[in-house]
Amino acid sequence: MVQSLNAWRESPSQTAGPYVHIGCTPNAAGIEGIYAEDLGSSLISGPVAGKQIEVVGAVYDGTGTPLKDAMVEIWQADAAGLFNAANESRGKADENFTGFGRAACDQETGEFSFQTVKPGQVPWVDGRLQAPHITMWIVARGINIGLHTRMYFDDEASANADDPVLQRIEHQNRVPTLIASSEGASSEGQATYRFNIHLQGPNETVFFDM
Amino acid sequence: MSNNERSEPAAGGFIARDRAWHPPAFHAPYKSTLKRSPQAALISLPTSLGEETGPVFGHSLLGEHDNDLLINFAKAGETAIGPRIIIHGRILDERGRGVPGALIEIWQANAGGRYRHKKEGYVAALDPNFGGCGRTISGEDGSYVFRTVQPGPYPWPNGMNDWRPAHVHFSVFGHAFAQRLITQMYFEGDPLIPLCPIVGSLPTTDAVETLVAALDKKQTLPMDALAYKFDIVLRGRRQTLFENRREGL
Repeated sequence: MVQSLNAWRESPSQTAGPYVHIGCTPNAAGIEGIYAEDLGSSLISGPVAGKQIEVVGAVYDGTGTPLKDAMVEIWQADAAGLFNAANESRGKADENFTGFGRAACDQETGEFSFQTVKPGQVPWVDGRLQAPHITMWIVARGINIGLHTRMYFDDEASANADDPVLQRIEHQNRVPTLIASSEGASSEGQATYRFNIHLQGPNETVFFDM
Repeated sequence: MSNNERSEPAAGGFIARDRAWHPPAFHAPYKSTLKRSPQAALISLPTSLGEETGPVFGHSLLGEHDNDLLINFAKAGETAIGPRIIIHGRILDERGRGVPGALIEIWQANAGGRYRHKKEGYVAALDPNFGGCGRTISGEDGSYVFRTVQPGPYPWPNGMNDWRPAHVHFSVFGHAFAQRLITQMYFEGDPLIPLCPIVGSLPTTDAVETLVAALDKKQTLPMDALAYKFDIVLRGRRQTLFENRREGL
């Protein structure tokens, strides 16, 4: 025997199940009156710097059916590339932008949407700049541990080509699964990007272990 | 959200997740995983700023009864029906340190095993005084507490006769997006635990045991509520004992 490392093990994950909306977006699930609003329902709380955008999409299973019981969370930098986080040491992020969003996929269509801003560039661990991107986390019934992916932008071709994370993907023909497509302007006039997530199939989205 | 309720974090990326400890994406007895499990290998990379930061949730987020499911949906003067319990514990990291300021959200079925959801079809009755969700933020030592009813077990469409053990779903935000975790708490002594295909997705009985809350008789409120203790461990950061060169990453 040897000495103990006194290490604790991370609590193991269990599926969020079919009713994650009850716990995480109760108002969207029809349970009103407990929380004033659902957490992460708005990222923007006042005038913000940068380009306001809409991100829409759906999560598809291996048969091509959109998940109606999924929850999607996003986390991103502001337009200057700064995070509204306690341990952001590079400067002060836009105080009207939380960077965190949470959406219940629609119970009929499976669609999710976020009103956000296009993020600035953030350095990778070696100092190289990453292309603008939004971190995403997906949970649902049948997903045993939350899936972590990233959404990049189709109008950032040169930054995407230099992105240290995209470059690390062995099968470069899978990189397009991480790139949202510009859909022009929404009814409110801001640019809309579509990012569909495929859990399986020929277009299976790249998921990360980070 | 405010930025004033978080301390530190030290240097060093997050310790890698032990994927052999967590359930695999595909577990045949849990049928929903069949078409919802990614088939390609995950791309493993070190954590960077986007994973090492996370949103800050201040106590101002919370309403007075957010952590009291007995009354947070009930009509004035009434409470939810069922065995009254307290669930308490600490949020820790892999170095055993309490995680202050963690947001903990829970949801559960009522005492009859029925969720308040329009797609829920179980014959058990809804409780008009039970919504089924609650939230709180951990204190300086990582401690948290909820008051609720003990949820009932319920049947679910998987095999012809599968039943979920009584459980409470937990969603936890630590200080970094890399720590994001959703799991479930089970109750000591429940004979349905080893029969459940979702519990069975955990590769080891050691892992299962970390999700079974113990009856905590000392924290029981006499003539009022039983108590269960449930600690949750989030990923921790490596200590930077020596400066390391990152060119090789």
